Amino acid sequence: MRMWAVTVCTLVLAAGTLHAQETDLELGKGFFLARCAVCHGPDGNSVQGVDLGRGKFRRALSDDDMVQIIKTGIPNTAMPPIDISTRKAKYIVAYLRSMASSPATSGQGNTVRGKAVFEGKGGCLSCHRVKDKGSRVGPDLTDVGAIRRSFELERSLLEPNAEVLLENRFVRVVTGDGVAITGRLLNHDAFTVQLIDSKERLLSFQKSSLKEFAFLDESQMPSYRGKLSPEELADLISYLVSLKGIETQ
Amino acid sequence: MNTRGLGLVLLASFLWPLISWGQVSFDRILRADQEPQNWLTYSGTTLSHRHSLLNQINAANVKNLELQWIYQARSLEKFEATALVVDGVMYTVQAPNDVIALDAATGRVFWIFSHAPEPWTKPCCGHVNRGLAILGDTLFMATIDAHLIAIDAKNGRPLWDTTVADAKSGYALTLAPLVVKDKVIVGTAGGDYGIRGFIAAYDVHTGKEVWRFYTIPEPGGSSWGGDSWQEGGGPVWITGSYDPALNLSYWGTGNPSPDYDGDSRPGDNLYTDSVVALDPDTGKLKWYYQFTPHDEFDWDSTQVPVLADLEWPENDGHQKLRKVILWANRNGLFYVLDRTTGQFLLGKPFVKVNWTNGIDEQGRPMRVPGKIPSSEGTLIYPGNRGGTSWYSPSYSPRTGLFYVSTWDSYSSVFFKFPVKPGEDPRGGHRSLIPDDRLLPQHFRKDEEGYGAVRAIDPKTGETKWEFKMADVTDAGILTTASDLLFSGGRDGYFFALDARNGALLWKVAVGGVLASGPMTYAVRGKQYVAVAAGNCLFTFALR
Repeated sequence: MRMWAVTVCTLVLAAGTLHAQETDLELGKGFFLARCAVCHGPDGNSVQGVDLGRGKFRRALSDDDMVQIIKTGIPNTAMPPIDISTRKAKYIVAYLRSMASSPATSGQGNTVRGKAVFEGKGGCLSCHRVKDKGSRVGPDLTDVGAIRRSFELERSLLEPNAEVLLENRFVRVVTGDGVAITGRLLNHDAFTVQLIDSKERLLSFQKSSLKEFAFLDESQMPSYRGKLSPEELADLISYLVSLKGIETQ
Repeated sequence: MNTRGLGLVLLASFLWPLISWGQVSFDRILRADQEPQNWLTYSGTTLSHRHSLLNQINAANVKNLELQWIYQARSLEKFEATALVVDGVMYTVQAPNDVIALDAATGRVFWIFSHAPEPWTKPCCGHVNRGLAILGDTLFMATIDAHLIAIDAKNGRPLWDTTVADAKSGYALTLAPLVVKDKVIVGTAGGDYGIRGFIAAYDVHTGKEVWRFYTIPEPGGSSWGGDSWQEGGGPVWITGSYDPALNLSYWGTGNPSPDYDGDSRPGDNLYTDSVVALDPDTGKLKWYYQFTPHDEFDWDSTQVPVLADLEWPENDGHQKLRKVILWANRNGLFYVLDRTTGQFLLGKPFVKVNWTNGIDEQGRPMRVPGKIPSSEGTLIYPGNRGGTSWYSPSYSPRTGLFYVSTWDSYSSVFFKFPVKPGEDPRGGHRSLIPDDRLLPQHFRKDEEGYGAVRAIDPKTGETKWEFKMADVTDAGILTTASDLLFSGGRDGYFFALDARNGALLWKVAVGGVLASGPMTYAVRGKQYVAVAAGNCLFTFALR
């Protein structure tokens, strides 16, 4: 954890305006663990749809918004008001911003060259999509730089099986007439399953009509270890980090 | 029930409005099972079986159930209330605290009483309400800002409003009150905010407090270190039960505070995570049994106490009818207790458990060393939300089985961080399963936690059958005299099972999470089944 603490001293924190000192972040971490982690978890990702450590919030936009939500809660949700000073709430926000901007180990790359790797040598578009280009079978990466930290992107590229998010799991089904279909799981319940297959079809099956329904243990993502040079890897990560979603018109 | 029995029930359903319209006497509440066209208290009867003698809907025709009406709540909070039905009128609560009277046959609204909670309320887990109590022509609602309000059941006007506790201090009321004789009894939520929990009884006519029982005794005794008892938690947020023969009222108590770091509160932390048997006239404690001494996992024992009479082996080997409590606890163990004395009779895991090696002869869990929160995190089965929680179970005297909604193979990693003297305790938990399902999608494998309706033989603790779901469940369970079982889950289905073997007989996708207990009633000879899911109340009957 020292890594982020040292680095962020000079960072303008992503998507926010607070400039944090190391001591601020230590304090923020302490307050976060004491007051927030009970529900949000130590990594800030225990509440579904919210990933505080990766800058993924359902409501907050600015640092001030986040401070306000910490202090007043969100009506009609499980998020209660926290009895804490504005100063301490700002420390928490600074800590959360620092978590989201932790760097990769492969250093700074070139975004333009990274895009070329993504669309060329890397072959990423065969599974992934960015805005209007690429396949929809794998996770859409249009905003991956806003929801994943660079060291996590690096890990996904080198060790795809190290962490597969729940929403990125693949399943294999065999229909009643023996057709095997592999696709990314979109949802399943006691009776049905929904997925998107390699032809980008949205499919839904009754489980009782299937001969087989199974999760695929291995990630469908290939490892790029040894396939890309360190420079290409750094460039690719820089490009991915730059993907922050669609621009508001 | 035989055909004659069915005829009597339906005849009563036709005639009851003519012969008893109006006052709901306590005698009627005590004999609520004898007028199954009505639902007069949270769990159906004060014995809390959530079992109805109605049998018009049965295994042969349940496939013909169809939607009758929907009430769409003007609220985005979870709809956790179980409705009451009295002589064709349904009373329920739209979260947080709007009481609604509806025509139980059509869903059309007679009146609404709205209570606007104070803005500073801070319930841990949503601005929810689980229902009402009724006596005479008066409804009773406990509110999220810790008030108890009496409301005229005919016109929805408030009759009295009593402040039960200070909401600014973390107190909240979410449970359906329980009427016993001329008193209405409630408990206080807020165990995650360092309250000192209590159960209190109020005069039904005036709203004046008659007695108060603190779930943490003053000054805490040997089970609390130092002054930790003062903010020790012990909330009560699920309705209790009442045995008129013993004149005892039973309540489940919640977690000690702080939740995940017990270092500041050494000892067993009585009477948290316990069942307490109280004299409803005085509030005096008759006995208690603690399920999870010194809890550091937030395993509230806020389950509905199910009171049953079972043949039980005596020391001489002979079977004798025994008054017992059936209790599937959040800690993952199913218990049978003697409800006259509190004597421990049976304790057995009903889901995957790794924190205890069982229960010793004194009824105390035999803890597994090292299975406590730690700074690096400790994997515990069941997880923070438990093997079950507040979801209403059911007991069918016909099948002799106890039915419970379970979370199996579910775990959490519990943390406890070192603190310096004078600092607040710090701890938490992490789980793959979110506290509240916010997305209508499910991606997990069975081995990461799944929900199931389980039928448990209370004489052995053995699971007789299970109905497995993909996702976990927050739904209660209803059984009927036609051996039907109604429940659902986060999958968004409401379904009927054969209570004898768990076979699926009917299902409907209602789309929202079921976080309430189903109930049934009849109007003009027609049986209905109602359940809240998502933000709506759905009502079904035979086509």
